[in-house]
Amino acid sequence: MAVTEAHTADAAELLEPTPGALMRGRIFGHAGLLIGGAVLVTIFLMALLAPYVAPHDPYDQVLSRKLIPPVWFDDPKTTWEHILGTDHLGRDYFSRLLYGARISLLIGFSAMLISGVIGTTIGVLAGYFGGRVDMVANFIITTRLSMPVVLVAIAVVSLVGSSLNVVIWVLGLLIWDRFAVVMRSATMQVRNHDFVASAQALGCSTPRIILAEIMPNIANHLIVVATLEMAHAIILEAALSFLGMGVQPPEPSWGLMISEAKGLMFFEAWLIFIPGAALFMLVLSINLLGDGLRDVTAPEGRN
Amino acid sequence: MAERILEVEGLSVAIPVPAGTLHPVEDVSFHVERGETVAIVGESGCGKSLTSLAIMDLLPSKARRTATKLELDGRDLTGLSEREMSDIRGNRMSMIFQEPMTSLNPAYTIGDQLTEALLRHRDASRAEARERAVWLLEKVGITGASGRLRQYPHQLSGGLRQRVMIAMALMCGPDLIIADEPTTALDVTIQAQILHLLAELQREFQTGLILITHDLGVVSRVADRIAVMYAAQFVEEGTARQIFEAPSHPYTQGLLACIPIPGKTARGAHLGSIPGIVPSLIGHIEGCHFADRCRHAMDKCRADDIAMRRGAEPGHRYRCVLTPEETAANMARQEREQRQEREAAQ
Amino acid sequence: MLPYLLKRLGVAILVALTVSLITFSMIYLSGDPAVALAGESATEGDIERIRLFYGYDRPILVQYLDWLGRALQGDFGQSHYLKQPVAEVIFARLPTTMMLGLFALIFALTLSIPLGVLAAIRPNSLIDRAALTIAVIGQAMPSFWFALTLMLWLGVYWRLLPITGSDTFWHFVMPGVALGYYITPAVMRLTRAGMLEVLTSDYIRTARAKGLRPMTVLFKHALRNAIIPVVSLAAVQFGFMLGGSIVIETIFAINGLGFLAWESILRADLPMMQAIVLVLSVFYIVLTFVADMLNAWLDPRIRVA
Repeated sequence: MAVTEAHTADAAELLEPTPGALMRGRIFGHAGLLIGGAVLVTIFLMALLAPYVAPHDPYDQVLSRKLIPPVWFDDPKTTWEHILGTDHLGRDYFSRLLYGARISLLIGFSAMLISGVIGTTIGVLAGYFGGRVDMVANFIITTRLSMPVVLVAIAVVSLVGSSLNVVIWVLGLLIWDRFAVVMRSATMQVRNHDFVASAQALGCSTPRIILAEIMPNIANHLIVVATLEMAHAIILEAALSFLGMGVQPPEPSWGLMISEAKGLMFFEAWLIFIPGAALFMLVLSINLLGDGLRDVTAPEGRN
Repeated sequence: MAERILEVEGLSVAIPVPAGTLHPVEDVSFHVERGETVAIVGESGCGKSLTSLAIMDLLPSKARRTATKLELDGRDLTGLSEREMSDIRGNRMSMIFQEPMTSLNPAYTIGDQLTEALLRHRDASRAEARERAVWLLEKVGITGASGRLRQYPHQLSGGLRQRVMIAMALMCGPDLIIADEPTTALDVTIQAQILHLLAELQREFQTGLILITHDLGVVSRVADRIAVMYAAQFVEEGTARQIFEAPSHPYTQGLLACIPIPGKTARGAHLGSIPGIVPSLIGHIEGCHFADRCRHAMDKCRADDIAMRRGAEPGHRYRCVLTPEETAANMARQEREQRQEREAAQ
Repeated sequence: MLPYLLKRLGVAILVALTVSLITFSMIYLSGDPAVALAGESATEGDIERIRLFYGYDRPILVQYLDWLGRALQGDFGQSHYLKQPVAEVIFARLPTTMMLGLFALIFALTLSIPLGVLAAIRPNSLIDRAALTIAVIGQAMPSFWFALTLMLWLGVYWRLLPITGSDTFWHFVMPGVALGYYITPAVMRLTRAGMLEVLTSDYIRTARAKGLRPMTVLFKHALRNAIIPVVSLAAVQFGFMLGGSIVIETIFAINGLGFLAWESILRADLPMMQAIVLVLSVFYIVLTFVADMLNAWLDPRIRVA
């Protein structure tokens, strides 16, 4: 077991490929990025085209057809009309799954946008100006971090009332911390570079420096955190809906579907397995994409 | 007790890299006698550090070491398992590294790190180990030694830390110490002190010392014998006097010409430089490694691998097809031709 | 180290005060708390009486200071629903959540630290990929789904463990695993990254050159340094876990603080809700403070100036 690295002689200089070719090579060589991206795009397309792809209306209750298992089960009730079976109210599970993807993606994306704007603003300002601004920003971040997210989210939703908008805004106003922390340290690193100093010496206004000099150089961090926080928002929404404090019935939120099936899971386990697997795949693909982007844009930052 | 504490013959290191196989150490042979200092001199990247790591078997996992002979005090080191090697390291032979600022563990006291070296290899008590640590710290010139044991590395300066490293290397009374650029990271004034210290200790304990450095000036004061290394090979070997007075390999000659010598170098004279860059060590290099930068290079230099040949005096060897007289004659002729060209151009 | 300690303490107190202010003002989200309490069929007179009884007619600042003052003395008011002092109920249920959290933490550390170390010793090997896979799966899996799946397999199909309640030690195994798995990826990744970095350090090379045994080099020298950031991360993640325990506790019917929080939210028991959020937040603040101190203590460069 060798636990040291000696300093080897420099290898001969290889011919340098162009930056574009280098990036393309990295992207297509990264299995996680490709798989994550492919699965995410697939889910996105299916969600987008749900009205055309879904075989049934997700709200349509046909009580005579309730609790039909998915087609691969060895049960006389199964039918190809309901590939993934039906729930306790006779609603087609596949259709609900597709429409549920819309909810997850919509909430995930919107909450990510809101938290991204808040967090990036705080982080960049803190990183750029330093001093008192940084102190205040750190204080705000620490305060936010001290509050249990799920608990506060549930409490707020219960007091204000639950709807799609409320969930989006509550999540967006709560999960901006990672944006702030990462953007702050990224800004601090870039801030001391010479090109910022020369922009200042040229008399560029602060907003211009931030937008034109700093932002492009920290954009890669932003994208990575954005993907990871979108996944985070999706899981949080599912947890909220699971506890009854998120999207309300009859909406087909995956978390809600699991919650509704909780009481039946001992005999109809697929009812929780299917939405859970969908959540898992969606979040996994987003995480793989995010990790892949991080690897590809800043390989030194990773092991 | 052998006279020769270290015998190395045909030592080579190969490292697979994406572009092929790197050969940073090729066919290195030398010996170190008890109580003598052998300096390995060469520029960055010539392979001198890897040579020492190869002897200690501390190479990176991908590297492959081969040697016709590698013996420490008569004991063959080539077939040893990792466990057997670890019994020898720090015990019969130890190593001092270049970076004193980062070579000590920041989480443990100096005393802890010193005593663990002894406790690992000897059946001593903690008290005995501490006693020896204090004794050695005083030997390396650190005052208030017993108090120092409780201090942490970050509380000491670079020079002090390097002294601690030296003390640590001596804890088990090794037969051989390898010092890899021990003074490079230190202030010039401290450098002299550390070198002086090493020489003194070496004489007192009669250990062999391999001193690795890129600084010929350092070497002239301390070394008994010098080996000049270039591009993975030893190109010249001899006593300090032989190397400085009768450099026989064009690279050595070039190196010496680069150093201004007080009293000898005339005011306003050109300082030498060696044009060109070090060759890539990936794959096999046909012939002399220095050929591309050598002003005397001929076809036969590139034809076959050049072996070491005997120099004017016993113990002096060098790796060149020409003799010193031939290179001297070459240089005189070239200078004449240059002078003639300059005169013709006027 | 003392000035550092005092400064961190000062910040912690300020943060706690801010959190208390936010927590307090939460009850005004639903509009008039008196109206919310009174219910749907209340008359104007009922609402007014409730307002006077609970003191909602006073200026907000006064209400806050009064609430804060009493909270500092351990009096969080009376639970609307349970007709018991809030503090009593909370501190009765707190130990259960603590035990769950501790169980989860121990599980997480026992799994992630050795995995992280092994992965770092043999990068890109089978064990490295396995560790990374566990991390990736852990981050993508919703904890409630994992909990339900565990419940189904271990509790129902194989009947190995009890599925609800918090009576015995065995009742905490599944919830502990479900909760602990949540923080395993982060801890494992940090351990792995830290070890990889430390293993290339010069002092590790020195340790090997001294002939120390591989285990000594790995644990005494490498891990000792790599673990420092992991310790503070673990403390912080413990805080997250306590906040996230609400989901696990409701699934497994564990009678802890999280379950209590959910019940009181459903019942609009405002004083209870406020108190729980405040208690958990303060606990988190204390944890981060402790983590900072641990961090400083473990690193001699900070501890011994």
